[in-house]
Amino acid sequence: MSESGQGRTAMTVSTVRRLLTLFGPLIGLAFVGVLFSILAPRTFLATDNLLLMPRHAAVIAIAAMGMTLIIISGGIDLSVGSNIALSSVVVALLLTGQSPQFLHWLLPSYNPWSPWAAAFGGIACGLLCGLLNGALITGLRLSPFIVTLGTMGLLRGLAKGMADQQTVFPPPTGLNTLLQRLAPEQAWMLLPPGVWLMLLLVGATALLLRYTRLGRHVYAIGSNEATARLCGIPVATDKLIIYGLGGMMAGIAGVLQFSFLTTGDPTTAPGYELHVIAAVVIGGASLAGGQGSAMGSLIGTTIMVVVANGCIKVGLSNWHQEVITGVIIVLAVALDRLRRR
Amino acid sequence: MSDKPRLQMTDIHKRFGPTVALDGVSLSVDSGQVLALVGENGAGKSTLVKILSGAYRADRGAMWLDGQPYQPRHPLEGRRAGVAMIYQELSLAPDLSVLENIVLGAEPHWGPWVRWRLARERAAEALRRVGRPDLHLNRLVGQLSPAEQQLVEIARALAGHCRVLVLDEPTSSLTAADIERLFQLVGQLRDQGEAIIYISHFLEEIQAISDHYAVLRDGRGVGGGRTAEATIEGIIGLMVGRAVEDLYPRSERVAGDVVLAVEGLSGKVRLRQAGFALRRGEVLGIAGLVGAGRTELLRCLLGLDAVQQGQVRLALLAGQPLREAAHDSPRARWQAGLGMVSEDRTQEGLALNLSLSDNLTLSRLPFFTSPASQRRASGTWIQRLAIRCAGPDQPMRDLSGGNQQKVALARLLHHDVDVLLLDEPTRGIDVASKAQIYQLIDELALRGCAVLMVSSYLPELLGVCDRIAVMCRGVLGAARPAAELSEHAIMREAIGATELAEGEAA
Repeated sequence: MSESGQGRTAMTVSTVRRLLTLFGPLIGLAFVGVLFSILAPRTFLATDNLLLMPRHAAVIAIAAMGMTLIIISGGIDLSVGSNIALSSVVVALLLTGQSPQFLHWLLPSYNPWSPWAAAFGGIACGLLCGLLNGALITGLRLSPFIVTLGTMGLLRGLAKGMADQQTVFPPPTGLNTLLQRLAPEQAWMLLPPGVWLMLLLVGATALLLRYTRLGRHVYAIGSNEATARLCGIPVATDKLIIYGLGGMMAGIAGVLQFSFLTTGDPTTAPGYELHVIAAVVIGGASLAGGQGSAMGSLIGTTIMVVVANGCIKVGLSNWHQEVITGVIIVLAVALDRLRRR
Repeated sequence: MSDKPRLQMTDIHKRFGPTVALDGVSLSVDSGQVLALVGENGAGKSTLVKILSGAYRADRGAMWLDGQPYQPRHPLEGRRAGVAMIYQELSLAPDLSVLENIVLGAEPHWGPWVRWRLARERAAEALRRVGRPDLHLNRLVGQLSPAEQQLVEIARALAGHCRVLVLDEPTSSLTAADIERLFQLVGQLRDQGEAIIYISHFLEEIQAISDHYAVLRDGRGVGGGRTAEATIEGIIGLMVGRAVEDLYPRSERVAGDVVLAVEGLSGKVRLRQAGFALRRGEVLGIAGLVGAGRTELLRCLLGLDAVQQGQVRLALLAGQPLREAAHDSPRARWQAGLGMVSEDRTQEGLALNLSLSDNLTLSRLPFFTSPASQRRASGTWIQRLAIRCAGPDQPMRDLSGGNQQKVALARLLHHDVDVLLLDEPTRGIDVASKAQIYQLIDELALRGCAVLMVSSYLPELLGVCDRIAVMCRGVLGAARPAAELSEHAIMREAIGATELAEGEAA
């Protein structure tokens, strides 16, 4: 009797603690939401605008899921933005049936791929880039910061080379509608497919982190890698999987970025790696590793999108938005410190 | 000199939320005196010392230095007033030179310029006082041995004209010879009129070094007096609040089949041609100095370090033939029933910011798991091992050293390993937890587990183990029954004195 009571108390304590971890970011989200609702009630709260924001959030949020895994494991991935651009270029090229400029001597052209196949091609490209990061980090025992700083340039250059430094214009396909406003006959979907995909991936990441061995290993590796080794955790294999998943998420984000632009632009998603990292950190993850959550990162992304959108609606220019986002990042980390005292 | 004590602390109270850490502790140290501060982990020693240093402020109570009220608001103020702390973990900058470290934070200066000539003089004087005038001032501290680094830290305290020197578990990372030298130094400093507070779990050290002792239990001073008039049993009795009848329980054990056979095992560093056989129901001890290669042996056995040559053979189930496993990964070893407790609880043994249940179940998680199942598994062990905690979700960081170590051991029990590799399993933990761990080792041996235990604490090895092998400079000696060995004999072998004697005879 008393024992089960104790168990319940322990459970309540853990739930409360978990809620508290989300609480900070949630309060932040509520604050910016209410603020802009008051400042720009007509425009910010318009249904159209409320439906626009998740569409804007999708790319960053999905990339942030991969980054969440990587940051909790104590790593970092600076190549996310370049990976998104490369993947979107790959999708565009596959849809056009155009081979990369530097491979023209080998294969001048081929039959355009179907939209689905092209999307999977883009995701596979992201996955490969992630595995490359993971292999370099575990194989050469280099710091993730340096490796991904290198691949950030490498992948961006590759994207430009593949597209011959131009934007690739593929014929319109169904992929373009992933993040578009729903047509009236699609109203039953409630949200565009790309937004559903984002929610699905957030849920999958949350479950992975909490309910699988790999998920717990991610926390253990980030918290203390020596302990992880001592306990027989295959640290190198796990890291390869983590960076691979991170790359795959960036690939999916790349497909959505392509869908958003409807073109393959090798210079797209500039500085996205910092937006993605900021979203994860605002969401309560620690860059030292061992802490963070999928829901937190989703909330972090939402805060950034709400701020960006709200500033426009209130009529503030881009520089205001950058200042406010910067302040929020510092505040989030400072509040996190205070809470943990 | 005044007749006032150098340091006096009276009626110190300190609370952390609902927990009373100190409940009216008083002590005093005279100049030219060594006071030993004794107590289990959690008894309040570190809180008391942190109040002395200025890291914490007392809720109530007063402190005097040479009769002057002393109320440090932060550690820097404590240091300026002449209270110097030497912690277990040294606080030196490894990339700076000996000289820079000694004068760090108190550089003699003229405006923005450091007066290096004066600094050198002061540093040289301090090194002379710690008995190492030969230590070159320009050497980088990171290149020195742990013992030398500790001397640099003591020299820093002396250069700052300290009035009270606090040594917190100073011997935990030193070799026996260095410990001997440290004791000599403490004696010299005492004779030079320093007041020294010495904190240690090793009661033998306290007997060797201190003039007076004070015992803390549950935040209260429960006794003290002249060390010469006290017995170890008496001090332990004060620490745990009851008489310790039998610290080392030992049932009738029957050695069974060989589960782990090692032949000619060499690692990349230190370890050379080690060989032994470990049987079920047996506790085999490995003695030796720090740095002799004992940890390297265990790490090779678990697959954490690469095996250069030699054989490690394991039997999975009772009665099965031994299987070659020298190049398995740690994961494969765990699956084969081998588990290890690290000597370094905080850096390697445990992930301190994860929860107790995450730490306990880490080596044995199913592909799909859940917080609830992890919690359930941990709950059992918390009860079985009487781990003091708020619950399975409490972060590891918040537990006391003894309870942390119990979790590290519980991980092996939860994994249900057959062979336990224990590296210094009782280092830095309180006597009550030690007794529980000895009890547990005995129970495991009775159940048919095999235990390989590395320890630098000889009474413990002699009390717990069936056989003991001594390691010296990477070479493992033959295992002999513990009953035939004495501390003296083990120490001779550990420092290589037997080889020397034989060499001279030949």
